[in-house]
Amino acid sequence: MKEIKSQIPSMNPMGSTMQTLPETILHDVIIIGGGPAGLAAAIELKRLGVSDILILEREKEPGGILRQCIHDGFGLFRFKESLSGPEYAARFIEQSKAQEIECLTNTSVLEITPQKEVITASGNGLTTYRAKAVILAMGCRERTREAILIPGSRVAGVYTAGVAQSYMNLKNIMIGRTAVILGSGDIGLIMARRLTLEGAQVKAVFEIQPHANGLPRNIEQCLNDFHIPLFLSHTITNIKGHNRLEGVTVSQVDGNLRPVSGTEKDYACDTLIISVGLIPENELSEMAGTAIDPRTHGSIVDEFYQTSVKGIFAAGNVLQVHDLVDFVSLEAERLAASVSLYLEKTSLPEAGISIESDLNIAFTVPQHITGRSDCILSLRVREPVKKCKIILLQGDTVIREARLPKAIPAEMIQIPVCAADLVSLEKIKVVLEHE
Amino acid sequence: MTQIYDCIVIGGGVIGSAVARELSRYELTIAVLEKELDVCTETSGRNSAVLHAGFNNKPGSLMAKLCVEGNTGFDRTAHELDIPFKRTGKLVVGFDNEDLAGITFLKDQGDQNGCPGLELVDRDRIKSLAPNIEGNFALYSPMTGILNTFLYTIALAENAHQNGAAYFFDHEVTDIFRSGRNLSGRSEPEPEYEIQTNHGRFRTRWVINCAGLYSDKIARMLGNQDYTIYPCRGEYFILDRKLGPYLTMPAYPVPNAKAGGLGIHLTPTVDGTILIGPSAEYIDEKDDYASTQEVSNLLIKDGARIFPRLQANSIIRSYTGIRPKLTGKNSGGYADFVIEERDIFPGAINLIGIESPGLTSSIPIARLVINMIGQKENLREKPDFDPHRHSLLCFRDQSRDVQRSLIQADPDYGEIICRCETVTRAEILAAIHNPLGVATLAGIKVRTRAMMGRCQGGYCQTRITELLMQEKNLKPQEVLYARKSSNMFFGRVREI
Repeated sequence: MKEIKSQIPSMNPMGSTMQTLPETILHDVIIIGGGPAGLAAAIELKRLGVSDILILEREKEPGGILRQCIHDGFGLFRFKESLSGPEYAARFIEQSKAQEIECLTNTSVLEITPQKEVITASGNGLTTYRAKAVILAMGCRERTREAILIPGSRVAGVYTAGVAQSYMNLKNIMIGRTAVILGSGDIGLIMARRLTLEGAQVKAVFEIQPHANGLPRNIEQCLNDFHIPLFLSHTITNIKGHNRLEGVTVSQVDGNLRPVSGTEKDYACDTLIISVGLIPENELSEMAGTAIDPRTHGSIVDEFYQTSVKGIFAAGNVLQVHDLVDFVSLEAERLAASVSLYLEKTSLPEAGISIESDLNIAFTVPQHITGRSDCILSLRVREPVKKCKIILLQGDTVIREARLPKAIPAEMIQIPVCAADLVSLEKIKVVLEHE
Repeated sequence: MTQIYDCIVIGGGVIGSAVARELSRYELTIAVLEKELDVCTETSGRNSAVLHAGFNNKPGSLMAKLCVEGNTGFDRTAHELDIPFKRTGKLVVGFDNEDLAGITFLKDQGDQNGCPGLELVDRDRIKSLAPNIEGNFALYSPMTGILNTFLYTIALAENAHQNGAAYFFDHEVTDIFRSGRNLSGRSEPEPEYEIQTNHGRFRTRWVINCAGLYSDKIARMLGNQDYTIYPCRGEYFILDRKLGPYLTMPAYPVPNAKAGGLGIHLTPTVDGTILIGPSAEYIDEKDDYASTQEVSNLLIKDGARIFPRLQANSIIRSYTGIRPKLTGKNSGGYADFVIEERDIFPGAINLIGIESPGLTSSIPIARLVINMIGQKENLREKPDFDPHRHSLLCFRDQSRDVQRSLIQADPDYGEIICRCETVTRAEILAAIHNPLGVATLAGIKVRTRAMMGRCQGGYCQTRITELLMQEKNLKPQEVLYARKSSNMFFGRVREI
């Protein structure tokens, strides 16, 4: 047995270096996470003249989840061309290198305090940093089978879509031969195609909602092109097998998403891919004391992307789960502008105007604004609607109206809000109206 | 000629491992035959991990006696084996008159059994002991505690192993023969058993049947047809550690005497999460660990009655365990532990129906087995027996100063593999190279807590798999999740 205990060095008898208090390293900006949000924020900050930036990245390489997204379709908005995930990331990585932005890889953040101290672990030891501004850019994680309480056996062969993607694309490991996919989230759709291209049989995708959760282009290119059926209003009600997955039971669900008895159908399969949504990864944000919005699962922010803790900012999937990485980059670039302003002024104006939405709208970001600067309001609808209007009201006054040919939960909607449009310091209501 | 062991223990659960550990104090050759790939993969690893005080069992029963003994002696065991253990105390809460009668009965029973410090307490006292627990009155048991059932069983097994006991995993007993012939060099006729497994035959003078759910089957192989094990499944949920601080001690309802278990309760774990469960459902198969929709709903409903903070969205994992009961569906309740050697089958000790409070009673049960052997032959203590065993060091629980020096000594402590539970590469490697030689993903999980957090391995599972393949030189298709045939992969995507 590896004797771990004996490896703890006894405190140095000579009383030298080891006992001295570790120093705190100061930076203007510390960015937690070297994925698309963190990289874009760093590069934009540099462009705006902020030079003392440190990115902390837990992986061996920056790039975040893009590293395993080897399919294309990234960058259509940001670069007006279709790139693969690694290509999209490479554009930012190269730029950050060219700008000599410091990025510490293989470095995990253990703790962030409200005083903006950041404690990291790496092979070099524990390090304490303190920053004038901390940018949260940790991204998100996947909801699991356990989070949605699918009954049945806990067997090998049940993977979340992202884990499956990591095994296949980063580790060159084949996860299954006959698969069923639960959830029509984008990564699940991408994996349906990926598994098919590598010779596996994907029997079907089941979605509990009456509408698809992935982007229409992914339904088309990943399912329809490969004749993989998508069953809406269906869910998995049993996972079967003793050791490796042997099959699943699928049931139709009613209007309340409850399984309808008598509709059960069995599918033999050795692999189940779960693609049932993403959750912003906010353990560190909570440690830092930022208030969390139960709707987004991300920090509550103002139009500067500043959280409830002054000097701590958040952007990208840690703030709200995005549909396209392009919007993550753009959001992080807007965040960089406000961080730069914060560093210059040492504080930002109070955001006293809260933004509330009706039940048709799942959430809005930001959750409150100052009313003194223009900003972009991101939101998602709960149900798909054709021809609709999104209306912003202060009292009874319509301050903004956006007409949409359609709105689906899979797509993030962005509406510009101009300070000039506001009529008071009252709260803003966001309402969805059918046309 | 194949080796003749002095003792072969069938089953590497908490009872088999406690027996092996206690036997390893003596000049005996010992082998443990375990059909699974690790210890505590069945009942021993699938329970509430509570160290019971002993008030639930009938006065005069073995269960009552051994449970109280096991409870009292556990501080020493935990210290010797270097495992986490907390004497939290426990509340059995009641709401109505029927409950009050039940609680009074439990207190009287506990007093007779010799459980120290039992108290009937009112609502105010409940609120001071456990502010987030609901109940109008309760039985408070100060001696009840919590432990980590995996780490306890692993510690027993490792300690047995380091004192000379041999563990054979993936060794399923398929038949047992008794020759009873006179062995050369001995003056008395000695019984001798030959145990057939899927990997060859073993010979031994003593057979100790600690096969849990299958102890009836092994007993029949040993000539004892009298017992039947009725599998009774219990489902559990594990709650996010965010809720952990709100539950300071296990909180139980008043047990229903006809049910197969103690009722759906809440238990803090030594790791900071909360368990809720178990249900009690008699099932046909001894290997059906599936959970069901009906019970899931029941757990949330019953749990929230005692612990209103419980919400479905705080669940991070479910699991089930199966009680090896000697009482069937119609009678319910508890039969006593069976621990016996019959004159017509000398040298065969059967331990049957070791359900709750088996975990608490494990060391006293093992001592009882030793006494039975000691009555037949002179047991000589080994001068070099070492009761102490060291746990893997847990980076997360160390102070920042200790963490700093750990990384300085071994940079692998600076690489956080599991984010949710803060498990380092050094700990994963230590688990992979554990003394028992276990090489499944679940084996790493139960030893380190990696993959047990709220993302359930979403971040770390691929990394741990990679480390396992690298350290054990495995091909992807050889990686197992937990049990035989639980293969995780089908080879490479592309051969390079």
